[in-house]
Amino acid sequence: MSSEWPLWEVFIRSQHGLAHKHVGSLHAPDAEMAVNNARDVYTRRNEGVSIWVVRSADITASSPGDKAPLFDPARSKVYRHPTFFPMPEEVKNI
Amino acid sequence: MDAAKPAAPFEYLLRLGDNALVLSQRLSEWCGKGPALEEDMALTNVALDLIGQARLWLSYAGELDSAGAGRSEDELAFLRDAGEFRNLLLVEQPNGSYADTLMRQFLFDAWHALALRELAASADPRVAEIAAKAQKEVAYHLRRSSDLVVRLGDGTEKSRAMMQAALEQLWPYTGEMFQGDALDRDAAASGAGFDPAGLRAPWLDYVGEVLAEATLKQPPAEAWMHSGGKQGRHTEKLGFLLAEMQFLQRAYPGARW
Repeated sequence: MSSEWPLWEVFIRSQHGLAHKHVGSLHAPDAEMAVNNARDVYTRRNEGVSIWVVRSADITASSPGDKAPLFDPARSKVYRHPTFFPMPEEVKNI
Repeated sequence: MDAAKPAAPFEYLLRLGDNALVLSQRLSEWCGKGPALEEDMALTNVALDLIGQARLWLSYAGELDSAGAGRSEDELAFLRDAGEFRNLLLVEQPNGSYADTLMRQFLFDAWHALALRELAASADPRVAEIAAKAQKEVAYHLRRSSDLVVRLGDGTEKSRAMMQAALEQLWPYTGEMFQGDALDRDAAASGAGFDPAGLRAPWLDYVGEVLAEATLKQPPAEAWMHSGGKQGRHTEKLGFLLAEMQFLQRAYPGARW
């Protein structure tokens, strides 16, 4: 049966204030059942307060073959990291 | 026990605990065999919720057990014979096909949710506490089983036929949920329990609504109904279920891990 059901990606928010995080995927015939199934498969140990499901087919992903042109140019640009400024002792949480 | 706060009778608690225990055992028979991984997990989650509820009811029953003087939840679960079980006949019915399992679950969940709502207002504080905890779990069970009954009823020709057959086969076991006896009347009178006849109209309303949406034909409400489970007169199916569930404690008394 599951081979006929489309694949869904599941995102769970573990607590208020945090972003939804990808936790895995599952099969379901539609969005409502995908949420129910996600509840049963991925929140059994009290992991979540909110569930998002997205059809896997609706996700547009970057191609692994494009890794070099997409990400390599950023590597040599260390000046984009804010690591060249001495932070005053009193400033916390940055 | 404080005289001002009535305690639910031992046997009344057995009924509540045994419903949860026996249905949980039935559902766990699906573990690893569900039609899809997601369904397998969902059904075993329900089984786990029910075993948790069974533990709460039976451990409370054990405390009030005057005959056996403080039997534990495990002793009550594993060392009673079929005739001492007080569950509804509906929950001991075999799993059959997935359609049969879902229909049994739906018919029971619809009653269970109503029963727990009554019990959450029980004059016995322990009963009210256990019911309040179980209510949240059962609200989800009912949502899920109702959803699947609609999907499979209003599904393909084949799924519809299977759901209709399951409904007709299980329907005669639903009447028992609303038949009160002396124990029900005592429990209702003390405020610890409720009158089961009062749940019949809201149950028929809800079940009728879902079955209509599922395009299934509801058998007549006045049909002939089985009874006896609540008094310990069970179908032969319970014996097989208990033989499997109790095997370890019967073969190796007192075994622990």
